[in-house]
Amino acid sequence: MNKKVSQNIAFFIFKFFGVLVIGILFSIIGFIGYNGIQVISWEFLTEFPKEGMTSGGIFPAIVGTFYLVVGSLIFAFPLGVMSAIYTTEYAGKGWIVRIIRIMTNNLASIPSIVFGLFGMALFVNKLNFGDSILAGSLTLGLLVLPLIIRTSEEALLAVPQSYREGSLALGATKLQTIRRIVLPAAFGNIITGLILSIGRVSGETAPILFTVAAYFLPKLPSGIFDQAMALPYHLYVLATSGTDLEASRPMAYGTALVLILIVLIMNLIASFFRKKL
Amino acid sequence: MHKQKIHRRILDKITEKLLTLSGALTSIIIVFISVFLFTEGIGLFNTPDIEEGYALYVNSENRIDNLSPEETKQIFDAEVTSWKAFGGEDVAINVFRLDAIFNFYSENELGENYELLPEKLGEVISREKGIIAFLPNEYAPQGLQVRKLETATVTLEDYFLGTDWIPTATPAPLFGVLPLVLGTLLVSFGAMIIALPLGLGVAIYLSELAGNRERKLMKPLVELLAGIPSVVYGFFGLVIVAPLVQKAFNLPVGETALTGSIILAIMALPTIISVAEDAMRNTPLGMREASLALGATKWQTIYKVVIPYAKSGISAAIVLGIGRAIGETMAVLMVTGNAAVMPTSFFESVRTIPATIAAELGEAPAGGAHYQALFLLGAILFVFTLIISVSAELISKKRHS
Repeated sequence: MNKKVSQNIAFFIFKFFGVLVIGILFSIIGFIGYNGIQVISWEFLTEFPKEGMTSGGIFPAIVGTFYLVVGSLIFAFPLGVMSAIYTTEYAGKGWIVRIIRIMTNNLASIPSIVFGLFGMALFVNKLNFGDSILAGSLTLGLLVLPLIIRTSEEALLAVPQSYREGSLALGATKLQTIRRIVLPAAFGNIITGLILSIGRVSGETAPILFTVAAYFLPKLPSGIFDQAMALPYHLYVLATSGTDLEASRPMAYGTALVLILIVLIMNLIASFFRKKL
Repeated sequence: MHKQKIHRRILDKITEKLLTLSGALTSIIIVFISVFLFTEGIGLFNTPDIEEGYALYVNSENRIDNLSPEETKQIFDAEVTSWKAFGGEDVAINVFRLDAIFNFYSENELGENYELLPEKLGEVISREKGIIAFLPNEYAPQGLQVRKLETATVTLEDYFLGTDWIPTATPAPLFGVLPLVLGTLLVSFGAMIIALPLGLGVAIYLSELAGNRERKLMKPLVELLAGIPSVVYGFFGLVIVAPLVQKAFNLPVGETALTGSIILAIMALPTIISVAEDAMRNTPLGMREASLALGATKWQTIYKVVIPYAKSGISAAIVLGIGRAIGETMAVLMVTGNAAVMPTSFFESVRTIPATIAAELGEAPAGGAHYQALFLLGAILFVFTLIISVSAELISKKRHS
């Protein structure tokens, strides 16, 4: 009897915790969603901020984030996939793979602000790119690299060994096998990683603080050596250092909602790709 | 035909070399990051401990040879008013800055281009026994009774054991990282106290109690919690959690260490939940069945069989959760109030290492002492997280062997 009671109490608590965590998630999304939906309109998405960021829209921040996503993935995606091909197809199972994997995990655990420091020292100052889309993209690219490597590795490992053996038995070289058999089979899951990276890059603030982000720009960036506004930094500015914090609150809710929607949509698309396999 | 084959073979060789190189990519990046953080930061210990381009001068009868940055600050903040406190004579300290020269001389007396300024400064210093003058090197005072205080460089002790972080103080900026390190640890510790029971409870629920459908529903939601950008958490903390904390504990402001801990706890939950759940689900079915067959209840089986079996995985979850909390920047920056003082309680404002870097790097001139001090903070953070991630690796290795 006693055993049964303590079991019931324990299980009730665990279930309550589960509900609580989901409740926290929904209260964050619900709160931002409820306040944000009242602000979001076509004008909000396509206009520049006006009147000290208390009205108008967030168009330049959306454009800036788009550039940063494209810029960072252009170089991180191919490198990440290549790195994953090396570890899964070439490196075997010895100590080399173990070291590579530990290093990838380490890179993933480095705080984003440290990437910001590094990006500033190397790209902005040493290589003299200045505060620019190029410097910001490279910094963000380093940050998502481990995510891309890990998801691509999983995708490649999920391809059955018999596919490779069949191809090799027909006389194909190892590279031909990878290009024609393994990569097409793993394609869906590799794309999943790419999409999740888009969500990650869009939301990162600390790495872009000192490498690209601008408080306010009156026009859109015209090249990779220009500064840009970005959604997460724009939200930070609106929430903490606008000219009139109370008046810019609605703009902040709208920006936060756009950020959450990007992550939400990317997660949905990713799970769609994953299921298709 | 033959030629084509050779061509392809060369191309294949090149591709394979490239693949090998990209395999080493993450290792190369890590080496690069650590080298850069240290080389950019290490110069701090070669920097004089008072503002660059300036020096301190005293009357030559003064017995004091040098002052620590801490002592210099006490003098210029008028916290200490007699030389006796530092082992000198019982003479009142007279703080002198460059613009005070006009109290003694008119502009005409200093010459057209201030070329007489060093001489006149020397006269003032020679006259006043208790004077300490903070002057730029280009106007170094000249006179027999003038003595320049030896400037020391910032020491390891100043940096790692200093209890004041006032990087913009003149004449001697203080770079004591202790309040920042303790602030980081305090906020992370609080986050773990909240997140551990919650996260482990949810992990047990997901791995042992939930049905298949509930699991399939909840796992993506937990993933989503991990995907929300930290700046959104910071914003939520700022407008919802901070006012709640303020009201609940009747505080003057809501931006406290506790607020930071609550937000960090939410952010660390997904890591803790997913790693711990994986570990528990790996418990072999046979072990569970044996326990149940011996008459144990499901709960007894969980805490006597599943949890001990998953111990190392659970430890890894805890360690990774701490890592997540220590390195988090934006959310903490927005909700903890950022007062760089030695933390004493959860109900006061604190400042963490990442928040300090984010808040100050923009204003620190590249290559200056402040800039270097911030890069060293980055290096400390880097070492912290490296230790954490390697120990998580070792802990989960143990499970597999």
